[in-house]
Amino acid sequence: MSSIDPRINRLNLPENNDGKEVLDELEQWETYEVFHQKKRGDQHVHVGIVHAANPELAIIMAKEAFGRRRQTANLWVVKSSAVTATDYDDQDIFETTPEKTYREASDYYCMDRIRKYQQEHGIKDRKEDRRKKKESV
Amino acid sequence: MNYNETQLIAIKDFLYKIADDQLIIGHRNSEWTGLGPLVEEDIAFSSIAQDKIGQAQHIYEILHSLGEADADTIAFTRSAADFKSCHLVEYPIGEYDFSLMRNFLFNHAEKIRFEMLADTSLEQLGKLARKYRGEIKYHTMHADTWVKQLGRANEESHARMQTALNETFNLALGIFEESEYAGELKKMGIFEGEVILQQKWIEAITPILEAATLVIPDKNTWQPVYGGRKGYHTEYLEPMLVEMGEVFRLDPKAEW
Repeated sequence: MSSIDPRINRLNLPENNDGKEVLDELEQWETYEVFHQKKRGDQHVHVGIVHAANPELAIIMAKEAFGRRRQTANLWVVKSSAVTATDYDDQDIFETTPEKTYREASDYYCMDRIRKYQQEHGIKDRKEDRRKKKESV
Repeated sequence: MNYNETQLIAIKDFLYKIADDQLIIGHRNSEWTGLGPLVEEDIAFSSIAQDKIGQAQHIYEILHSLGEADADTIAFTRSAADFKSCHLVEYPIGEYDFSLMRNFLFNHAEKIRFEMLADTSLEQLGKLARKYRGEIKYHTMHADTWVKQLGRANEESHARMQTALNETFNLALGIFEESEYAGELKKMGIFEGEVILQQKWIEAITPILEAATLVIPDKNTWQPVYGGRKGYHTEYLEPMLVEMGEVFRLDPKAEW
């Protein structure tokens, strides 16, 4: 095989390599789920998977794959096989009938009462402060 | 700070050898890009290679501020005899075990060198040494984790890593080839010297190699491969430089 990349030529690849070689069992590593935390105190958010031979190597791989181009405080890796998941066939268990919106958080209007209580008791609403600060910038 | 002529020669010699090591090993490691054993490792190893080249660039910029040519000219137009890199970094990439072991031995020396340089009297260099701490820490973490994994994984991986260690060890000792300007550098408070660095390096790599069940060659057999710091190189450096500088030399004035 001839390439404009000298590194490829140095590999002396066979002419008819169709790229369909089957990997040996040992070359098939487990996957680890990667969770990324932007700032200390934030939630860890699932960002993807890496292949690795052990958890330490998974961390090493995850650092470059998911921590390289964004602000990062911390990473978790968890063996994919350690995750227990719901079945997509059971997705209907998440459905709520329209008449039962009182079971959903969005059905409750209580912020006005919370703010009133905070004002009466001199409690600062930090979220509100942050929002105002953001708007003023 | 104003340096006299001898001092300036000593400083430049010192900076060239550090940066040349980084550029050459960075380029060698980048030869794995696209060919790594798995895509995650390809990304990690390429990124490490890129870090090294970036570090070299910053040190070449210090050299430029001391009157040398600009970084690109320094990196891409010199011939092998002008390079002060050690032989360890210029060898072809070989198999992945060789490249990993070389990187392991080199990274630890680099990490300790930069720790020693954190309070050097050469302020520009001290600033870089402190700035690179995190980068180089990751490079050693990467190398340590691989060495420990492959040293213990199975018979073949252990044998390959031990062979790689045997092949690279004397070359790695060549990192610590003392400069004729060592006394000058110490007097100026720039660097403590290669002997101390080598001692600290052995202390750093020993527990990791032990954890990997790998054995450092017997001290009686140590034969440091010197010459690189004085511009004597293996047959492998020149062709690598030709390949590395090929695109730059097409149009040295091009804006990138």
